[in-house]
Amino acid sequence: MKKELTVKCLKAVFVGLVLLLLYAPILLLAVYSFNSVNTIGAWGEFSLKHYAKLFGDPVILNMIGNTLLLAVVAAALSTLLGTAGALGMFYCKRRVKAALHGVSQIPVINAEIVTALALAITFVAVGIGKSYFTLVIGHMVMCTPFVVLSVMPKLKQMDNSLYEAALDLGASPFKALMKVVLPQIIPGVISGFMLAITLSLDDYIVTVYTRPTGFETISTYVFNATMKGNKHTAETLSSFWALTTIIFAVIVIFVLISNLMGRKNKEVAR
Amino acid sequence: MKIPRFSRKMLCIPYAVFLIFFVILPMLVILFYAFTDKNMHVSFSNFIRFFSDPTKLSTIVYSLVIALITTVACLIIAYPVAYILARSKLKKKFVIVMLFVLPMWINFVLRVNALREIFNLIAISPAMEWLTSANYFKTIVGMVYDFLPFMILPLYTTMLKIDGSLYEASADLGGSAFTTFTRVTIPLSMPGILSGITMVFLPSMTNYVVSDMLGNAKVTIIGKFIYEYFGTDWHMGSMVALVLLAVVFLSTWLSGGFQSEENVRGANL
Repeated sequence: MKKELTVKCLKAVFVGLVLLLLYAPILLLAVYSFNSVNTIGAWGEFSLKHYAKLFGDPVILNMIGNTLLLAVVAAALSTLLGTAGALGMFYCKRRVKAALHGVSQIPVINAEIVTALALAITFVAVGIGKSYFTLVIGHMVMCTPFVVLSVMPKLKQMDNSLYEAALDLGASPFKALMKVVLPQIIPGVISGFMLAITLSLDDYIVTVYTRPTGFETISTYVFNATMKGNKHTAETLSSFWALTTIIFAVIVIFVLISNLMGRKNKEVAR
Repeated sequence: MKIPRFSRKMLCIPYAVFLIFFVILPMLVILFYAFTDKNMHVSFSNFIRFFSDPTKLSTIVYSLVIALITTVACLIIAYPVAYILARSKLKKKFVIVMLFVLPMWINFVLRVNALREIFNLIAISPAMEWLTSANYFKTIVGMVYDFLPFMILPLYTTMLKIDGSLYEASADLGGSAFTTFTRVTIPLSMPGILSGITMVFLPSMTNYVVSDMLGNAKVTIIGKFIYEYFGTDWHMGSMVALVLLAVVFLSTWLSGGFQSEENVRGANL
């Protein structure tokens, strides 16, 4: 009995330790983001100046806007394309389905940089150059296969006879699809959309290779600022601490809310 | 002209067209560039030039070693975590799993930047000064830090599916804890292990952001070649990309075809 308890404690300590290491850098940055000094490790006094700098800098605000807009646009288009694609593939003949699925897996398993380079060379070689359009396409190539992957399992679980029933009752195929099939796969569609947002927000490499010149997202901006450095480097770098803290806080709040809502839904369902 | 009637199958046409233009065509384009020279004549010179350059070869070896150490370290940390969580009877274990996924929602450049600041802080103390120039060490720590969730998630989802009665059966039949682990747990979690390895190994060979930011630009990995060639020589860049592509297909083929990657990146959470 005693031995069991020790094992239990050891397990909890191990998991806790890994979590601690995973969060330590972010939490430390969060603490120092309220520091009046620009160096980590030296504490001046409590101050919001890094936040003021962040929200007072039009360049930084612009790139945050760019990042968010790109994520929403790319995720929405990917979800539309991927959901339609998954539906179509599901009803295709086995051979066609397997072929499409195989090609769709290429961007998933491929190294991001290979996808990015191939797209960039193609865009330039074909002569369309790089624009916001190519950037969105790049993000869609990265996101859409994941949407397909999260919609597919829901299609497999679906009761197919409901669609047939809708047709027998006089619904057009399109109407039956919208009113009967879509509601059944909507959880997969939503999780696909969320995943697409995550992938787009987390991206650096595809963005760098497919973006038009002068377009900056959070990742490209932060990477350039840390690697090259300029006379405002220390100031800029410490405003990134504030940015990291804000993003982290938003995520935590989002997770808490969705958790609470999920619990409520479950209670209602019961 | 007769307008064809709407059928469900037709919904895949836009996606099929998209895949042809933005997945298959780009692959063909790099295939073309990889095997042509500057005058667009077919040649194997890129291939030969790349593999006969000793500095390139040594970088490849270094890059492979970095990726190998990263993958093994991730596996060693992630396997117990996934095992403990999957077998835990806690009602709220979903929340703990969520905690491991959550950092992925912060852009990885920001996360690596946070780690960089921590390294700078630690290196201030005289006892830890060696850290300043430990570029390879810092790169590997950064990669483990960055890619750990990619290893935990597939492991966790595969282990969750293992029927708990199998462990009991093994114990009832006289298997020791060690035997149960090697003969039941490891074989049944193999799909998760393979999926995790591919999810970690490939980015650790190619994600040059981590090695640039943490390695003081002294650590070069294969992905960095592609970046450098992109500015100067598309033919060589395509060659390197093609080699990576071949590695990917080979490893997927060896690990038993395309695995279901729907568990990766927290799709099911």
